Amino acid sequence: MNGLQVVFLLAALVSLFSAAMVVSARRMMHAALWLVLTLMGVAVIFVTLQSSFFAVVQVLVYVGAIAILIIFSVMLTRRVMEDHGDQILPGWRAAGLVAGLLFAIIVGFLALWQGFTTMLVELPADADNLLDLGQALVSPQGYALPFELASVLLVAALIGAITIAVDRKEDQHG
Amino acid sequence: MIPLAWYLIFSAALFCIGLFGALARKNAVAILMGVELMLNAVNVNLIAFWHYYAQMRSTPYVHGLAFTTMVFVVAAAEVAVGLALVISAYRRRQTPVVDELTLLKG
Repeated sequence: MNGLQVVFLLAALVSLFSAAMVVSARRMMHAALWLVLTLMGVAVIFVTLQSSFFAVVQVLVYVGAIAILIIFSVMLTRRVMEDHGDQILPGWRAAGLVAGLLFAIIVGFLALWQGFTTMLVELPADADNLLDLGQALVSPQGYALPFELASVLLVAALIGAITIAVDRKEDQHG
Repeated sequence: MIPLAWYLIFSAALFCIGLFGALARKNAVAILMGVELMLNAVNVNLIAFWHYYAQMRSTPYVHGLAFTTMVFVVAAAEVAVGLALVISAYRRRQTPVVDELTLLKG
């Protein structure tokens, strides 16, 4: 077992443990902070896959923006069920069964695939060439159309989010 | 030198934990956290297969990275709209608990 494998195992264990805490923590604020730890662990996993760009994007977008957004929402929707009351639906056993079965099915099917045990070796240094990625994203032969669609989607989502969340006085009695 | 299997098992486990969270939690914000976990598991899978494919072809391969970028963008859009909906619902119904949002129930 070499150093990279130790790093991977540590990051994976931390991520999975904190993911389990995200879905089981009683207080929403604790769940949000465990989520931050999970996202950082996934960033380390990206580093072990030699995708340093997505490790940075993960920290910037998820830890920097999405986690903060979630923490804001937790603070804006507190008051009830903070310390008392079940945080989990009565049918959680069925949900756990579904999740466990899905895990078994996925791993079972993957184990049938012959590439499952491939060792991922180190890629050459220019493997995640950002210049190539950037040019592919904006070239008409590449991903210019999905890229523009994604931009429009983001703008629409942000305008929609502001429209939905804005505090209008006449809606207060709804 | 990490087996591909480790990444796939890790992301399957992360996906299933997120699925459990999305199915079993009462709080709408916690459900969105579960969805975020699932999207992250998908990203780990995409990057793992990008690495696998680049290694198999032994040339730089950009399509997997481009697809992952799209997943990141859609995840950001999804969480922004989802949290705005939760806050809007909370403002009108004074609860983030999905069980109590029963306006449409007969």
